[in-house]
Amino acid sequence: MTFRPASVVVNLGIVTALPGVLGEPIRFVLNWGRKYSLWVFNFGLACCAIEFIATSMARHDFMRLGVIPFAHGPRQADLMVVSGTVTDKMAPAIKRLYDQMPEPKYVISFGACSNCGGPYWDSYSVTKGVDQIVPVDVYVPGCPPRPEALLHGILRLQEKIAGEQAGIGGVSRPDLGAEAERRARRDVAALSAPPVRPPQE
Amino acid sequence: MTRELTIGTGAGLETSDMVLNIGPQHPSTHGVLRLKLVLDGERVVSCEPIVGYMHRGAEKLFEARDYRQIIVLANRHDWLSAFNNELGVVLAVERLMGLEVPERAVWLRTALAELNRVLNHLMFLGSYPLEIGAITPMFYAFRERETLQAVMEEASGGRMHYMFNRVGGLKEEVPAGWTKRARLAIDEVRRRMPDLDNIIRRNEIFMARTRGVGVLTPAEAAAFGASGPVARASGLDFDLRRDEPYLAYGELDVPVVTRTTGDCHARFECMLDQVYVSLDLAQACLDRVDQISGPVNVRLPKVVKAPEGHTYAWTENPLGINGYYLVSRGDRTPWRMKLRTASYANVQALTTLLPGTLVPDLIAILGSMFFVVGDIDK
Repeated sequence: MTFRPASVVVNLGIVTALPGVLGEPIRFVLNWGRKYSLWVFNFGLACCAIEFIATSMARHDFMRLGVIPFAHGPRQADLMVVSGTVTDKMAPAIKRLYDQMPEPKYVISFGACSNCGGPYWDSYSVTKGVDQIVPVDVYVPGCPPRPEALLHGILRLQEKIAGEQAGIGGVSRPDLGAEAERRARRDVAALSAPPVRPPQE
Repeated sequence: MTRELTIGTGAGLETSDMVLNIGPQHPSTHGVLRLKLVLDGERVVSCEPIVGYMHRGAEKLFEARDYRQIIVLANRHDWLSAFNNELGVVLAVERLMGLEVPERAVWLRTALAELNRVLNHLMFLGSYPLEIGAITPMFYAFRERETLQAVMEEASGGRMHYMFNRVGGLKEEVPAGWTKRARLAIDEVRRRMPDLDNIIRRNEIFMARTRGVGVLTPAEAAAFGASGPVARASGLDFDLRRDEPYLAYGELDVPVVTRTTGDCHARFECMLDQVYVSLDLAQACLDRVDQISGPVNVRLPKVVKAPEGHTYAWTENPLGINGYYLVSRGDRTPWRMKLRTASYANVQALTTLLPGTLVPDLIAILGSMFFVVGDIDK
């Protein structure tokens, strides 16, 4: 059994036929385009959202890396930055907005809370990491991480995108086991359902 | 979105009420507040804030952390005023333990609390115009924030969550020459504040969006227990720093910024003018810090235990009054620590403010309540 990088294993599914058609130059150009126009959807939840905003402001300015914070919603976004504590009450909404994003899509988990629960690791109401509900590409540690840490996280994500063996549709992601069936439901009813059950039910 | 259709009876137009959901993830809620609105056309019929999306169970976790550790959680519920939050906790613990805090620590704490107040207000001074369409103030606000954050970071090592308070004082002495650099930063911010002020305070569009919109009467403000800039804009002249001084505020002359109109513009102005006041106060504190020498903390036993009893400490946080009700059974952890948070009370006023307004005004009113969602949900 030889070791294979995760990105190769992932691609054995739908895109194996594509590189042959598209060829290396096209792959390079696609990835180059993707990594420098990351329209970001900020899922600002808590303290980290403030540092996210600080990163978008003049001093740190992540727009010079091609991260554009003007996505009007998840449907126009390529990258979701989950910044802050994910609670069990909030989790279904995050999942739903992630499902609304078009492929190829990426997730940065920004801060200790969305990485693993952080200082709320033993709380009864906090989800211990956003990776329990959506696949995460880059984890940025810190509580809250400094803006420089987010910049570094973005660079790492761009490296990852540059190395993708993707075709036109991007990399298909591994399903999250038990979540697989729910993920498969992407019909109109599922995508326009209320984010959470109304409280009276 | 849920839709409730009511078919009009009788002659005339058929109308139907629409139940619209704002949030939990919505740019104007800066955070995850959810509002359930019933709309008749563009007019809001009723509004119900649904809270709890950011409930992290901090109060319960306090019971599993010792007195040094609870500070970590305490400064995270209102993430824009971390220093002031820590302060309330340590004041309660110190009062229960009967600790005397060294004078230098008291003045340093006061200075840092005021600097944190400026940081908090700058955030809202930037984000509120942004929500109603003025993008530029945000950049000025963050320029000033970065200047002050550099000073706070030099002292504490953190940009947001300082963890600089300890039971009995501060974590450590500030670096040599820090007060001078802090004073320079304050001067710098004071010099550049007109950039922000002139661009937005009398801006015609801004005034049109905020003047006479979302008027909160003093009686309503008092009934909902509103406090801070939101209440003072309605004419409730109440500021704990003046009326029940803690720290060194008793020796300072604290001007209380008030307005009487109670609309969105008044709330914004209260916050804007408070920045100048806080800068002056911080400067005055730093002058005193320079004249006082001595330790900034007291030596604590290895295990900090508050004696059995209970106490209530309240502080004038940037967003209003925060209260900390601490019940101890003589253990190393609190038996119960109840938070009274400013945003929770202020946001309740939305249920009376919003009905009757138009949807475009809703954003202006929502933003002007100056809340932090973590402070609502804890």
